[in-house]
Amino acid sequence: MSSKKSWHELEVGVVLPPATSVGYKTGGWRVFRPVWDASQCIHCMICVNYCPDMAIPIEKSEQGAVGKGGRVYKGAVRKETNFDYCKGCGICATECPSKCLTMIREEEAEQASCKL
Amino acid sequence: MGVMKAITGAEAAAEAMRQINPDVVVAYPITPQTPIVEQFAKFVANGVVDTEMVPVESEHSAMSATVGAEAAGARAMSATSSQGLALMWEIVAATPGLRLPVVMSLVNRTLSAPLNIHCDHSDVMGVTTLGWIQIFSENAQEVYENLPLAVRVAEDPRIQLPAMVNQDGFITSHAVEPVEIFEDDAIRRYVGVRSMERALLDLNHVETIGAMVLPDYLLEVKRAQEEAMSHVFEVYTEAGRELTAITGHAYPFFETYKTEDAEAVIVVLNSAAGTAKVAVDAMRAKGKKVGVLKPILFRPFPYAAVREALRKVPVVGVLDRSMDFGAYAPVYSEIRNVLYDVDQRPATQSYIYGLGGRDIMSTELESVFDELLGGTVDPEHQRYVGLRE
Repeated sequence: MSSKKSWHELEVGVVLPPATSVGYKTGGWRVFRPVWDASQCIHCMICVNYCPDMAIPIEKSEQGAVGKGGRVYKGAVRKETNFDYCKGCGICATECPSKCLTMIREEEAEQASCKL
Repeated sequence: MGVMKAITGAEAAAEAMRQINPDVVVAYPITPQTPIVEQFAKFVANGVVDTEMVPVESEHSAMSATVGAEAAGARAMSATSSQGLALMWEIVAATPGLRLPVVMSLVNRTLSAPLNIHCDHSDVMGVTTLGWIQIFSENAQEVYENLPLAVRVAEDPRIQLPAMVNQDGFITSHAVEPVEIFEDDAIRRYVGVRSMERALLDLNHVETIGAMVLPDYLLEVKRAQEEAMSHVFEVYTEAGRELTAITGHAYPFFETYKTEDAEAVIVVLNSAAGTAKVAVDAMRAKGKKVGVLKPILFRPFPYAAVREALRKVPVVGVLDRSMDFGAYAPVYSEIRNVLYDVDQRPATQSYIYGLGGRDIMSTELESVFDELLGGTVDPEHQRYVGLRE
């Protein structure tokens, strides 16, 4: 207890630093995992915009990423989902116009990785 | 010197808001508060104030948006009554913990059921434990002056707590009285501009507010909140002294009327205190020494000062305009607590009066004084003024 602040030392109104939720990893809540088939992705950014946890990282790529139909998609491209924060809500899979995201049960995903 | 205007208590609140010129006002109409925001909406429409007025679909949203604006750094105000206060209760409860100095008019009205639009204090007495500063107003003049005073107290860096300014529904809010309105510039200088010290929209100092606090810290947060409340007495006194320089009126924690030599004193809030003073004058004309104590600052409650004022009074009658079923009535509870530390405790009697807007007559209060002076009090059982047996 001694390392904790006394009542005299608190910020008025429980003011905390910004972006504290970065330190709070919610991936453990997941029941379903979105499996991304990069070969069917058109990098349209719809999943990125819909993701309520900002758990789909993107990057700017001059050389591009190979996606649906073997085409090279340049500019903003999505990367693999960040499973530290993805809660498995499935919104990305529902919204994906290219059907490149499939929701599978987390334990199936774990068993699949064990077989490897 | 100000200008005399014949206005209602609701209009007096709107006049005060016009002079305060808050950044944001969010409210939803409810009787008998409606004329406050109705009048203020005219000021907004006529460009008399710079306020952003936000019409919302409920009081829950009204207080939510008020809190949001206040957190952003705005000076935000609202007004409500009864069911409206009940509907915004969740956010009303959150405001003190967030330490946001929202100032809101509460026009006291009976809380349903039975449904009733008239005055009693059952709305405010349901929120006195939440941590708002509670200020009561006997008449339209006090409403007008208590609002800028509340802004100064609430926003003081030592306080940072919300404040409610109470007035009696219809009796005060809808009755026209002469009200002395002081110069706009003087009141605007008095309230000043809200400090941006804790403004959420200060992008150079980004922060999180409203975060969850677990058992390891909640006690400390609430202890700090209590500390702020304890500083209200000194800040209220200082801010009152500055307001006196403009108005010439005093801002005590409570008002005493002819209590110095009184053999019986009535304690009563808001408009009925005016009626009680009339009763005191009538009793004194008959040679009976009686007086009135009118609490103004109800949260925090000035226990020590009230104790000194009542210490030598033989019998104290406390009139409550609301009930606490199965318990002592709210104001009576405070006065019982006040008197516990007095060696020669005054006798006490609890009275319930004026529920649902029932008129209280000065003759009824004279009868109360006669009963108190007659010595037939029963401190364990409340009595009812004007009840049909």
